[in-house]
Amino acid sequence: MDNCEIILAGFGGQGILFTGKILSFAAMLKGKKLSWLPSYGPEMRGGTANCHVIIDDKPIGSPIVTKPNLLVVMNKPSLDKFEDAVAEGGIIFVDKSLIDREVKRKDIKAIYINATEHADNIGNKNLANMVMLGALIKTTDIFSIEEIEETMKKSLPASKQSLVQENMIAVKEGYNLV
Amino acid sequence: MSKIIYKKPECLTDATFHYCPGCSHGIVHKLICEVIDELGIQGETIAVEPVGCAVTAHDYFDFDVVQSAHGRAPAVATGIKRALPERIVFTYQGDGDLASIGTAETVHSATRGENITVIFINNTIYGMTGGQMAPTSLPGQVTQTSPYGRDTSTQGYPVRICEMLATLDGPSYISRVATDSVPHIKEAKKAIKKAFENQINGKGFSIVEILSTCPTNWGMSPLEAMQRLRDEMIPYYPLGVFKDVEEVNK
Amino acid sequence: MGEKVLMKGNEAIGEAAIRSGCKHFFGYPITPQTELSAYMAKKMPKIGGVFLQAESEIAAINMVYGAASAGVRTMTSSSSPGISLKSEGISYIAAADLPCVIVNIVRGGPGLGGIQPAQSDYFQATRGGGHGDYHLIVLAPNSVQELACLTADAFNISEEYGIPAMILGDGTLGQMMEPVDFDSIPEPVYADKPWAANGSDKKRPKNVVKTLFLDAHELETVVMDREKKYDIVKQELQRYEAHDIEDADVIISSYGITSRVVETAVEILKKDRIKVGVIRPITLWPFPEKIYKEVKPKAFLSVEMSTGQMVEDIKLASECSAPVYFFGRTGGVIPTPDEVVQKVKDIIKEVE
Repeated sequence: MDNCEIILAGFGGQGILFTGKILSFAAMLKGKKLSWLPSYGPEMRGGTANCHVIIDDKPIGSPIVTKPNLLVVMNKPSLDKFEDAVAEGGIIFVDKSLIDREVKRKDIKAIYINATEHADNIGNKNLANMVMLGALIKTTDIFSIEEIEETMKKSLPASKQSLVQENMIAVKEGYNLV
Repeated sequence: MSKIIYKKPECLTDATFHYCPGCSHGIVHKLICEVIDELGIQGETIAVEPVGCAVTAHDYFDFDVVQSAHGRAPAVATGIKRALPERIVFTYQGDGDLASIGTAETVHSATRGENITVIFINNTIYGMTGGQMAPTSLPGQVTQTSPYGRDTSTQGYPVRICEMLATLDGPSYISRVATDSVPHIKEAKKAIKKAFENQINGKGFSIVEILSTCPTNWGMSPLEAMQRLRDEMIPYYPLGVFKDVEEVNK
Repeated sequence: MGEKVLMKGNEAIGEAAIRSGCKHFFGYPITPQTELSAYMAKKMPKIGGVFLQAESEIAAINMVYGAASAGVRTMTSSSSPGISLKSEGISYIAAADLPCVIVNIVRGGPGLGGIQPAQSDYFQATRGGGHGDYHLIVLAPNSVQELACLTADAFNISEEYGIPAMILGDGTLGQMMEPVDFDSIPEPVYADKPWAANGSDKKRPKNVVKTLFLDAHELETVVMDREKKYDIVKQELQRYEAHDIEDADVIISSYGITSRVVETAVEILKKDRIKVGVIRPITLWPFPEKIYKEVKPKAFLSVEMSTGQMVEDIKLASECSAPVYFFGRTGGVIPTPDEVVQKVKDIIKEVE
């Protein structure tokens, strides 16, 4: 897959927006056109958060994703909210550790990952988003592990470079799960 | 040989004041201009004039002037001073401007310790619009909009700006003076000079409240107005220095 | 072309302003423009500039008035309710012919409204907003790159004409991230400011920045002189982007983020062989009226995130040479490409 329209959704604090930024930054490094649009509202930790990412070769029209071909959900309300919007033949990535139901639609592919559980096992359950990212790039082949690693290095500020390695362990964990 | 022992300040223009006979604006304009002359800062000074009787003060001041919206002079002065920190910026405001519509700008420029000088004319009435109740009108004072006298149960109490601002950490100098007598006018000039010197020395926000007269809208002769200032205003608005960072440091 | 950076729209405005020589920013927090203030708070101290969080939007715009009077490049930003508060100050700035840049990252209104993106401040922006005969130059970018370019333009244009300029964005543009190339934004072009109240050093007569003219005839002269300036701006500054307008049955007009939705809709319509063209106003004031007189569609369609505030400008510009339809969502709801497609198909049925 070269191009995509993605919605990533979950609780605030799960790193949903950050995951979208990594995908966007990776697309920019590849010379792609892209847009990243966050939901915004009254600031609240634990509230719902989502972002829309479009990656394309031609200029991007509306940055609002109405029919995602990729959906990443990290809580149940997000699955409930966005399942019906997914384009036919699209893929939904579900953090099975946090969502206790299956995807209802039959015309799309569902990929279940125990992301939070695996992140916990490697020492930091806050990296569940990175596990999901690993699963996404493997399944779609949109970016390679190396491209994501380069993105992390270039996008994180100097003060946070130490997180690159930790993040990449989680990305690889997800990559190897699917 | 005759020698000059008194003359009009250099930075006061030759234009004839439009102020009423017995009004304090003329006195205060002259004091400010004398101070600016004495400090040699005419070419460095930018005044911010208010909405009120002094809205055309630029006709009398011979230095740069920016006219502001009603009450916003301290914000405008903040913008100028932040753009030109080496220049001398002062506001000239009446009681309606400074203590009613512009209270927020007054309080916040003071608490920021904005390095400006504020000259505050308190004559307990709106002059330009024809004599309405001001935030500083005294209890019982008859005005166009308090025709039965200011009733504190429905119209509240006068605002004592100096006392209020003195509770803040930001200001460096807060003083109240009057224009009813020669000794008081001399004191007023000293206070104005200090408020400008403070700015030159980077000490931060200085305000001089000047108890003033408005014979026309008070319905009095100039002399009666001076008497009222003395008998009624000074007891309610005591003269003195309410804050002086230098004194504290000593 | 320089290296691209990935940036939020609000931050790109800040960076572009700094690169345009703006060292004085006066703000007040309001969603959804706060990232711009935060960016300025972080950057200004590092470049010897001033970031000041004022006590209110009213104070912030008056600080801009002061700084502009003193002759420096200055700006403020807010979102709809805050712009209403600033309108008093904007009227004074326009009346004193001062240059400055005002950013409105529009949210749904009226009243507190909402915090989601909207375009319902079109009238306020293009008609002036405050009291008196005046206009702002209003620029409506539709991407993060264009936010940066038009911010740089706004400083130059505002200074050239002595008219305050407004960047009219919306919550989506402010919040979204796209790659930006700052090397491609216009260079600052500074104008002389002999009128600035910046201290005479006794080398020139005093300068007075004022907006009060008690003599009616004098005020009329001042206002009419400004009107002549507006006429020049109307001739020189009409900006738009257009495509497929020659043989279009329907010409769609929209600005800002909505124009991106329209482009997606146009792609779909073209696949259905519907002859549709686009005029996207970039200057909302002056409105790009000339181009509307050159086209002959069967219908115009205005797509907006409001109840149709741009419709009357299209009617005036086109001199009603074809019916002007409207489709819009408001309150913070963004129209979808499918809705626009459907509306165009309905219009085609009606006009044929």
